[in-house]
Order: sequence, then C-alpha cells, then structure tokens
Amino acid sequence: MPIVQMFHKELPPDKIQAYKFALWIGMASIIMFFAAITSAYLVRKPVGNWYEFKLPVQFFYSTILIVLSSVFIENAYKSMKLGNENRYKLNIVFGTALGLAFIVMQIISWKVMVSTGLFIDLNVSVSFLYVISGFHALHVIGGLVVLLISLLNAFLIEFQPDPMRILKSNLVRQYWHFVGILWLYLLIFLILQ
Amino acid sequence: MSSSHHSHKETDILIEKQGFDDHFHEHHEGDKYQTNFLFKYIFSMDHKIIARQFLMTGIFWAIIGAAMSIIFRLQLGFPDESIAWLKPILGKWIIINDAGMGSLDPEFYYALVTMHGTIIVFFVLTAGLSGTFSNLLIPLQLGARDMASPFLNMLSYWFFFLSSVVMFYSLFLSTGPFSGGWTAYPPLSALPQASIGSGAGMTLWLVSLALFVVSVLLGGMNYITTVLNLRTKGMSLWRMPLTIWAFLVTAILALLSFPVLFSGFLLLIFDRSLGTSFYISDIFINGMALDRIGGSPILYQHIFWFLGHPEVYIIILPAMGLVSEVLSVHARKPIFGYRAMVYSILAIAFLSFIVWAHHMFMSGVNPFISNFFVVFTLIIAVPSAVKVFNWISTLYGGNIRLNTPMLFCIGFVSMFISGGLTGIFLGNSAIDIQQHDTYFVVAHFHIVMGVAAFFGMFAGVYHWFPKMFGRFMNETLGKVHFWITMIGAYAVFGPMHFLGMAGVPRRYYRFDSFEAFTGFDDMNKFITIAAIITFFAQIMFVVNFFWSMYKGRKVTNQNPWGATTLEWTTPIEAGHGNWPGKIPSVQRWAYDYGKDGIEFTQQHVPLREGEEHSSH
Ligand code: HEM
Ligand SMILES: [Cu+2]
Repeated sequence: MPIVQMFHKELPPDKIQAYKFALWIGMASIIMFFAAITSAYLVRKPVGNWYEFKLPVQFFYSTILIVLSSVFIENAYKSMKLGNENRYKLNIVFGTALGLAFIVMQIISWKVMVSTGLFIDLNVSVSFLYVISGFHALHVIGGLVVLLISLLNAFLIEFQPDPMRILKSNLVRQYWHFVGILWLYLLIFLILQ
Repeated sequence: MSSSHHSHKETDILIEKQGFDDHFHEHHEGDKYQTNFLFKYIFSMDHKIIARQFLMTGIFWAIIGAAMSIIFRLQLGFPDESIAWLKPILGKWIIINDAGMGSLDPEFYYALVTMHGTIIVFFVLTAGLSGTFSNLLIPLQLGARDMASPFLNMLSYWFFFLSSVVMFYSLFLSTGPFSGGWTAYPPLSALPQASIGSGAGMTLWLVSLALFVVSVLLGGMNYITTVLNLRTKGMSLWRMPLTIWAFLVTAILALLSFPVLFSGFLLLIFDRSLGTSFYISDIFINGMALDRIGGSPILYQHIFWFLGHPEVYIIILPAMGLVSEVLSVHARKPIFGYRAMVYSILAIAFLSFIVWAHHMFMSGVNPFISNFFVVFTLIIAVPSAVKVFNWISTLYGGNIRLNTPMLFCIGFVSMFISGGLTGIFLGNSAIDIQQHDTYFVVAHFHIVMGVAAFFGMFAGVYHWFPKMFGRFMNETLGKVHFWITMIGAYAVFGPMHFLGMAGVPRRYYRFDSFEAFTGFDDMNKFITIAAIITFFAQIMFVVNFFWSMYKGRKVTNQNPWGATTLEWTTPIEAGHGNWPGKIPSVQRWAYDYGKDGIEFTQQHVPLREGEEHSSH
C-alpha cells in the first residue's frame, strides 16, 4: 500500500499524484537509455565497416500488434472510469493478448534474422538491431507482467472502480502507451537509417 | 539582540497550533514495519535509518579506498623499499625476491589504482554522500513524514549493498579485481584476455556497477518525487533550503545520465560475452590479430563521459548544498544571493551535459568540434564563480562560529577555488595537449572533486551528527582532524601540479627508467608521507565518529545550532513519522538570521506583527 499517499491525502489537488510522477521520472530515464543507444548508432555508423541489410518485415507486423494493443488498453481504462465491468474485462483480455503476440512476433523476427545469417556478431549494424529491439522487448515484458496482474485482478477481485484502481489502471495505460510509442520511434529511426 | 529561540515546549505548542494535521498517527500501518529489530534497523523503511545505513557503508568503503591509495603511494614514493611486511594482508600480490625484498605486483598496482577510483567516486562520494544526506534531510527539511515510497527507498539501499558485496568479493579473486582504470576504457575492459584483471574482475565490476545504477535510479526517483510532491504546507520551492535544491538537481542529473552509462555498459557486456564489436577494432594481443573489427573505442568514451562529467557534479552539488546551509547557520547570516545560488545550480546542471568531450581532446576527436566543448567548459566557470562569490559574501561580516563544521565549509571553498582554477587550464584544448593524462589532471580533480566533496561531507556529518545520533562529536578532535586534513591535502595534491607540468604521466608503476623524471624522487616521497599522515587523521575521524555515537556529549536542546530549518523542530530522537503530532507548516524562507534585530527565526514561526517577508 502506498503509505505516504495517505499521509498527504489532504494536500492541495494541484500537486501531481506521486506515483504518476514517479512513473514519468522512470520513463525519462528509459528515454535517456534509448537515446544513448540510438546516438551511439549515429556516432558509429559514419565510421564505416557497416553492413547494410533490410529490416525483416515481421517488425512491421509486430508494430501493428502493439498499436492495436494500446487501443484496447486505452478502452479498458475508459471502461474502468465509466464503471463498465464487462467492457473492461473484454478490453484488458484483448490488450494483454496482443501484447503477448507482440513479443512472439519479435521472437519470430529474430529467428528470421538468424535464419538468413544475420547473427549478432556478424557486424555492428546487426548487433545494434538486436540490442535495440531486444532491450525494447525487455521493457515491454515488464509492462506485460503488470498487464497480466491487472488481468488476474479483473477476474479474481470484485470490480470496484474506486480512485485507487482507476489510478492503477491509468499508470498501466500510460506505461503501455509509452513502450508502444517508444517502439514506433525506434522503428522509424531504423527505417530512416 | 533578543532571540526568538524557542524551547522544546514552545516549538511543540506552536506546531500544534499552526501545524498541518495529516492524521498520520491515526493510521496504524504507518508504524507496523517498525515492530522488531530486524525491520527497525536492518530492513528499515525509515529514511533516517536508511541515511545511517548509507553513511556506515560509505565509511566502510572510504577506509578501504583510502588504504588502497596508501599502498600504491608507498610504491610511488619508495619504490626501492621492501614492503614484505604487507605480505600478511596482500598475500601473493607482494612479490618477494631472492634478497628478501618485497615489492608490489605491477598488475596489482593497476588494480589498486582502478579500485581506488571506482570506490571513491561511486561508493563513497555518490552513494555515501547523496545517499546519506538526501535521505536524512529531504523529508526532515521539507516537513514530510518519509519518502514518497519508503519501500523503493529501502530497495535503493539494498541494491547498493549488493553492489558493494559484489565489488568487495572481486577484491579477493585469484586474478585480482579489475585493473583497467576507473573509466574502464576498452580494449582493456572489453577483452577478457587483455590483462589478468580484465577477466572475472571486470565481469564482477560490471555486475556491481549495474546494481549500483539500479540503486541510484530507485533513490533518485524517490528524491525527486518527494521534493516535488510531499512538501508541507507553505513550503514553496523558493522557501526550500539550498540543500534540498542541490539534492533535487543532483537526482535529476543522475536520472538522466546513469541510464546512459548503463547502455554503454550493456554494449560492453555484449562485446565481452557475445562476440560483438561495438568498441573493438583491429587489435593484436600477444602478436595475434583478433578477428574483431568495426568497433570504435571512442564511442565508449563518448558514452562514458556523457555520464562521467555530470557524475562529477552529482558528487559536488550535494556537497555545495551542505556547505551553503552549514556556512549560513554558523555565520549567523542569510546565505548571500539565495536565488543566484539556485540559478547557478540549475545552470551548472544544464551545462554539465554539454561539456563531456573535454575529457577526450586527446582522443582524436575533431579539433573543430573540440572548440564547442572548450567554450561550454569555460562557461561552467561562471556559475561556479557565482557560487564561490556568494559563499565568501556570506562569510563577510558574519558573526562567525569557527567550529568544526564551519572550518570544513571554509576548507571546501578554498579547495573548490584552487581546483576550479586548474580546470580552466585543462578546459583549453591546446593547453590540454600537454596536461592530459598527467599528474596535473590528478591534482585538478582530487582537489576540486575529491577533497572538496569530502569536506562538504565532513561539514555535513559534524553538523547533523546531533540530529542523527542525539550527541555531538568531539570538537577538539574535529579541529585537529580539519587542520591535518586541510594542510595534508594541499601537501599531497599541490606538488602534483608540478609533476604534471613536467609531463609526468598518471597511472605509471615507477619512473626510474625515464631520465626526465628522475628529479622527482624526493617530491614523490614527500607526497607519500603527507598522504600517510592525512590518512591517519581520517582514522582519527572514524574513531571520533564511533566514540561520539556512544559517549559524545548529549544534545539537550532540540535546536542546538540555532538553525532555522525544520529538521530542528523534531524531537531530539525523532520517531517514525518525524513529528509526534502535526507536521509544522512553513511561514517563511529558510534563512531568517539577524532580521529585525532577532538572532534567528525558525521556518515554522509565523510572521511577527508588522513583519514583512524577507525579500530574496
Ligand atoms: C571550473 C570548472 C572546471 C573545468 C573547466 C574543468 C575542466 C576539466 C578538464 C578539461 C578535464 C580533462 C583533463 C584531461 O583529462 O586532460 C577535467 C578532468 C576532470 N575534472 Fe574537471 N573541470 C572543472 C571543474 C571540475 C569539478 C567541479 C569537478 C568535480 C566536482 C571536476 C572533476 C574532474 C574529474 C574527475 C576529472 C578527471 C577524470 C579522469 O580523467 O579520471 N572538474 N576537468
Ligand atoms: Cu568533465
């Protein structure tokens, strides 16, 4: 339980909820992490000895999956706020399933790369692709764990759209959109390169 | 001068009357994690206990880190003396020749230099300094019950602890700890076969620092959220003490720069274990060419210093905050230029992200690009000078109490000036051609960062010891500690400027095969002797610290220094939740000294009739 939350529940409402704020700070540090890796990519590329290859098409399929998943999670949050239990359950199921599908599709992409001889130590350009997509996937898996917990909660605990659950649902939603947008950024970055 | 010094009772009554009721003590869960010894002192979530845990661990590492420097200084000062007497401690790292003369294994010399840097920079001056004082002061000075998430706060300490355990373990590997320098440049750090410390030692170094980054991120997230969300009623940003400003900005710097270091380490781990070539290219080892091509060691340097430079400010900003606060309390004057101080902290923080390549002027970066970094590097001197000017102006005309905390503050200012000036030399890429990788750099950063940050920390420990342990540290021992350290530090690092200007390179095992450097034998002896004396003064500090914890003079007054900030409104032994009843609400800024003829007024005291807010 958020102990401190209670100490300060009477603070003026203009302050941002502490957990939401902490999440944003966490996102900022994740952004710095990927900014560093993509800058490293930019610094390294012009030095030469850079093997050019095409991105496996599966990366585009996975993009569709994660965007759709975000739509469902957004709907789940809205349903929670409106107090619509069935819609909430439905959306959280589809959102989580699509999230899982995204990870599966990423694994397929890596398998395709390996089968065409694009091993991680073939060339720096290939190594970068594995590192970028791999660490992004780790962040998605972190989100998935939380989604799975929400999913369990949706079916195991009584549906009670009180402020605490709405807040939690909102935190999950924000992080999920964040990793989705992060993937879009990374993909566009890779295409432009 | 009359004094608005409030006795215990008055303070408590005032807080009951004016304070803010958060009904804290009506919640039972707040106290439940304090029920037994294990959760009260070991897995504590109370920020005051966590602060002490960071401090104790920091002291432990400081002793080890300093002892290491004494061992390698013995090598540098007395390369021809036998150190066989160290054999019982160092074992096989002392090589005894047929004549019975014991000398330090050169590989281990590098390991000692590397570990000394890593330990002092990360474990002592980052975790030990920020960890201790952010934890102790953020909730207390802001009027909060605890951190935003006491649980994450506890985890932050335990990740640091794990990181410490891993690093400590690496000291005992049969191949020794990592030995490629605290900056861990590839290829020494990337190729396990590069040196004996590059194998298991480096692996553990990376594991340890990865855990360390997690600790910093958990802590920083908490500090920022607490400062921005949990201030008590009336504590606007512009009423926060400068300590809090410093911790806030430090945490922001850490959150933006440590993930970058982490990414750099990850690429390094891939190079070490998966055969990638992010950093490795065209290398011969033992006459054999490696098949790893295409990497760029300069890439690592960019990533490392993108953290590395902010890191030096992550170390010095908290020290600056502590010094600003302690200096003002013991000069009995408001800090001069409060807002300018805040703006300089912000300016320094911003600029610290765009100067990193001044560590790489000699790495073959484009000289045109270097100019950009020269300019921003020199601009950092401006907000730094503003701060120095303000500290001196705070002292000027003050009613100065020349006690130990104050002496260390003055020592800090002196060190920061001396070391800042040499930074300006190094910041010029043309002059740096001569100075880079010499003892001039060693002198620069030890004075401006190492010694200065230690002084800030000492000022903080002597000043807040009564808050942490309910007793004072011994003042006489404290003064002796200060004077030996002050003179000793200049004696150690002053001469190094000359060595550096003569071109003596850093990190060398001995110099007698260089005709040019033979004239410096006596200087090196002098430095080593000064270092040993200074080291013993630190041991004296540690003895004073632990002795005073149990035997020091007891604090009888809630606010022994006559300070204005909120931590001195809690009971002497503050329990869980810090204030027994309501939390104080804040009525004024943090530096009301000598206003309207009143010696000092604490932050929770309402404006007197006809009194105006201090303008600042
Ligand atoms: C007036 C402002 C400063 C300037 C212009 C400056 C400039 C420089 C430059 C150019 C170097 C690189 C020298 C070389 O390797 O050839 C350097 C090294 C260093 N500086 Fe500063 N500095 C300043 C203040 C500081 C402060 C405030 C700190 C820490 C609190 C600091 C810590 C360091 C460290 C740790 C290194 C060396 C790291 C290493 O190579 O192991 N400097 N400084
Ligand atoms: Cu720097």
